[in-house]
Amino acid sequence: NNYVGLSSLGHVLVVFGVFGTELTFELPDNDKQCFYEELEKDVRFDIDFQVISGGNYDVDCFVTDPQNNVLYNERKKQYDSFSHTTAMKGDYKVCFSNEFSTFTHKTVYMEFRYGDEVPLMPITRSTALTQLESSCVSIHEILKVVADSQTRYRLREAHDRTKAEHLLERVTYWSFGQTVMLFVIGISQVMLLRSFFTEKKGSVAATT
Amino acid sequence: MVSVKMHPCVLSVLLLNVFCSFVSSLYFHIGETEKKCFIEEIPDETMIIGNYRTQLYDKQAEEYLPATQGLGMFVEVKDPDDKVILSRQYGSEGRFTFTSHTPGEHQICLHSNSSKFSLFAGGMLRVHLDIQVGEHANNYAEIAAKDKLTELQLRVRQLVEQVDQIQKEQNYQRYREERFRQTSESTNQRVLWWSIVQTLILVAIGIWQMRHLKSFFEAKKLV
Repeated sequence: NNYVGLSSLGHVLVVFGVFGTELTFELPDNDKQCFYEELEKDVRFDIDFQVISGGNYDVDCFVTDPQNNVLYNERKKQYDSFSHTTAMKGDYKVCFSNEFSTFTHKTVYMEFRYGDEVPLMPITRSTALTQLESSCVSIHEILKVVADSQTRYRLREAHDRTKAEHLLERVTYWSFGQTVMLFVIGISQVMLLRSFFTEKKGSVAATT
Repeated sequence: MVSVKMHPCVLSVLLLNVFCSFVSSLYFHIGETEKKCFIEEIPDETMIIGNYRTQLYDKQAEEYLPATQGLGMFVEVKDPDDKVILSRQYGSEGRFTFTSHTPGEHQICLHSNSSKFSLFAGGMLRVHLDIQVGEHANNYAEIAAKDKLTELQLRVRQLVEQVDQIQKEQNYQRYREERFRQTSESTNQRVLWWSIVQTLILVAIGIWQMRHLKSFFEAKKLV
């Protein structure tokens, strides 16, 4: 859905675009990743982000406008939504930082949406929408909401599944580790105790 | 059959659309040897179209200009089983398409093919990237033109595609829940087994220790 705004002859075909990118990327420890978007004035944009895996599932996020004013700045957030209407034209920056973490790398999902919904076909309308057409449009809107909530559910589920798999891994490692430790400690206790009572130089007086 | 006459305005818009199909989108900076990877978790039989274009910082013009030819990007796509399904080099502007055959996390990696360090002039390469998934990858204007559809027919076609995508996602959801359930049940089983085994080991070691020490002290005539 990348249409271009244009007008032509007697027909006004004003077509705005619904631009939207969703990206899931890995943020290594002590790293920062920035995304930029060139926006016009008076455009409403929405940013949604969620940390899917890694450490405490949190990340720093900040958004700046072309003049480097900070529009949004949150530390250690697990997920959030941010909306803003641009006051000027230029490059807007959204950055995610994992600099507070020393050894966990995070996977972050980000969605950047801007613009308004576009007519499906660039055709001028001389009449209002028929009932059939307007129900189709409502169905389309509802399906968009459904697809959106599916995405959110998928992200939350990915987060929970990562945690569960991590838990399984830890349980497995701890079982092996503890078995080994049990045997080592059990045997070394006996060895140590025996060494107390073995005669090396003097004899241990045995009193009853 | 209703035939839709191609209005010259519509035609010009379509041409313009095809020409400027990639106007602007999110961009980020990438270093010379840096590899940037993006993860797409998608159901199977889903098409993904990725568009990118690159810009290099021009010191004389003091702005970012389209990169020279010869500076390309290497695109590599891996499927959930870590098998490479796309591995190609594109020019400074490129468009890659692939369709998933297994549901799961696909990884799309980009890195520049530049071997000459001077080309980057110590700066970064600006990459505009746009990834469209499933139903969003469809170009409806093109479909309307090819099949000669009215607006209502096109809208219904879009609804069908949307519902199709939702259904695929739900199937994938069921598959993921099964995996999640298996992991949880695995964990539950392991914890249960481990508790039993640990108790047995403790008791066994305790008994062995006492018996061993008793026989040791008896041999030493201390008991």
